[in-house]
Formats: sequence, structure tokens, C-alpha cells
Amino acid sequence: MAGTATDGNGGSIEVHLWRGREQGDYERFEVPAQANQTILDVVTYIQRNLDPTVAYRFACRVGVCGSCAMTVNGRPRWTCRTHVSKVLEDGRVEIGPLANLPVIKDLATDMRVFFEKWQAAQGRFTPSQTRADPIPQMPPSERVTIDKAIECINCGVCYSACDTVRWNDKYLGPAALNRAWTLVNDKRDAGNLDRLRAITAEGGCQSCHTHQSCADHCPAQLNPTESIAGLKRRAMEAYLKGEL
Amino acid sequence: MTDLRLYLLQRASAALMLPLIVIHLIVIYYATSKGLTAADVLSRTRGSLAWGAFYTLFVVLAAVHAAIGVRVILREWTSLAASARDGIAITFALALLLLGLRAVAAVVLP
Repeated sequence: MAGTATDGNGGSIEVHLWRGREQGDYERFEVPAQANQTILDVVTYIQRNLDPTVAYRFACRVGVCGSCAMTVNGRPRWTCRTHVSKVLEDGRVEIGPLANLPVIKDLATDMRVFFEKWQAAQGRFTPSQTRADPIPQMPPSERVTIDKAIECINCGVCYSACDTVRWNDKYLGPAALNRAWTLVNDKRDAGNLDRLRAITAEGGCQSCHTHQSCADHCPAQLNPTESIAGLKRRAMEAYLKGEL
Repeated sequence: MTDLRLYLLQRASAALMLPLIVIHLIVIYYATSKGLTAADVLSRTRGSLAWGAFYTLFVVLAAVHAAIGVRVILREWTSLAASARDGIAITFALALLLLGLRAVAAVVLP
């Protein structure tokens, strides 16, 4: 055992924490149990009190920034919004880095490829007007489809949960395609033909098997599978019109 | 673009095959429930342009549909090079086509 602590007030939690990079092993720690304790609290306790060499990533601690996602008992989650009491199994919890991403060290993954795929999917707004033009009006009725998908905070949970990402390294993934879907539905955007070409290239939306793991795991309750289905329809329409 | 074309082709072949599968199942049910012998079946199919066209279309659609699926499975489950994956998928399509058309010929040609 790497470290123990006895200053808790309600027993202890047996924590198995991933140490190393792609190669490594789970290391056992004992952490004092506290009321309303989150998984992020547990990792922070270990790093501050038991082993300062533990590497992990977090920022806001309140489910806004999307930095602290890890694999908890085999399931990708925001650790800041995961109460220990909800996931503890026989007094034990296993915490590892997100799957489908290279591990930098311990619980910190290299998310470069995740964000590069956002770029590859043309996940950025392409303006159709200049600053001299009047601000375009967008009635709420036109926002409905976009609003359903817009609240993604790039945490990588869906990317980590996706079978197709695991099987196909070229697949853009649920988050990048979900982002593309919000822009495809934005009438102010001028880049949609290029975007449709990008999201129908090898590894594009047509690679999705509709397993719905992304929708099942998304902590923001988004449904990237639905967005990807929309992209498939839009791509088919564009193809039949001869645009692609 | 190739991926999108193949994706749409696989969806289209599935959609076209659906009614054919239903008719095929009805035919099987009819033949077995009526207790038709092989000779009875062959007497109905031999020289029939309609059954020949029906099952030829079925075989072509099945060969296209299955081979595209095999190409995806090879992409996701093996580390084969793209050219090898495409080669295996095309060979699989041709094998299905050959075997299927041979079977159609056996029951339709007089």
C-alpha cells in the first residue's frame, strides 16, 4: 500500500488509482470517507496528502469546465459531479484515465487528438457577413435544433465511451460531429459545404454504428447520436442534390 | 467520398432487400406448409422470367450489401491495409454473386 490516512470521520474508502502511462498498474490507497465526497475530492486528497506525484487535471470543480473527466469503475464520468456514495462498490472504487486517448501520466490524458478532430470536422463558425452588416436575427424557432446540441463542454466523456472511436482511429467521434451539427443548422454559417465534405470523408458521420454510448454517458444529457443521425440525413440530401 | 457512397449504397440495398426478404419468407412458408416437393418447386421456377429476375436482383443486392459490411468490419477489427481490406471485400462480393447466380440458374434455367 502506498499510503494510508486515519484522520477521517467515517471509515475509509479503498481507492485503486491508475499509475503510469499506457503501461502501468492500479495502486491502492485508503482515503478517509467524508459526507458528500466526490471522486475529484478523493483524487485531490491522495495528491495532497498521500502521494504528491499523482498527476490529474481539474479546474472548476463544479461541472462547467470539462477538465476532470476520468474512468470511474469502468465508466467515463465528470469526477467533480460524481459522488463517491453513488459509485462505491463494496467500499472500493477504481479510478483511471479516460479511454481512447493517450495517457500523459496517471489520470491525465493527452486530448490533442480529440481537439484536432474538432478542427477536422470544421467545428468552427465560418462567418457569412462582415462587421459592417446588421446583426442577423435568429428567431427561437430556428434555434431549437441547435439548442439541443450546443451545451457541449468538450470533456471527452462521449469520445472515451464510444466503441467506434476505439475501433477506428480516423473516426471523428461524437463530440466533433455534434459540434458540426450545430453549425450545419446555423443559417449564419457560410462553411457548410466544406463541413459536409469533411464530415463524410473517411471516419466521418457514416462510421457511427448508433450504439448510443455517447448519449448514455454524456454528463450534460446531450444526444450526439441524434446529431450524427441528422448529419447522415443532411449528407445524403446533399449527395442526392449533387453537392457532394 | 468513397465512404459516403458505399454507406448510401449499403442503406439503399438494405431498403430494397426488405420487401424481397418478406416475399422470400412467404414463399418458403407457402412451399413448406403445402408440402411441395423439389420437383413441384422446380416445375414452378424453371423457365420463369419473374422468379429469375426476382432472385437475381436479390443476389446482387445481398452481395453488394454484405461486402460493404465486411469492409467496415475489417476496418474496425483488423490491422489490414486499406488495399487488402478492399480486396477481401470485393472478393467476398464476387464469391456471393457467383454462388448466388449459380443457385438462381439451377432453379430457373430449363
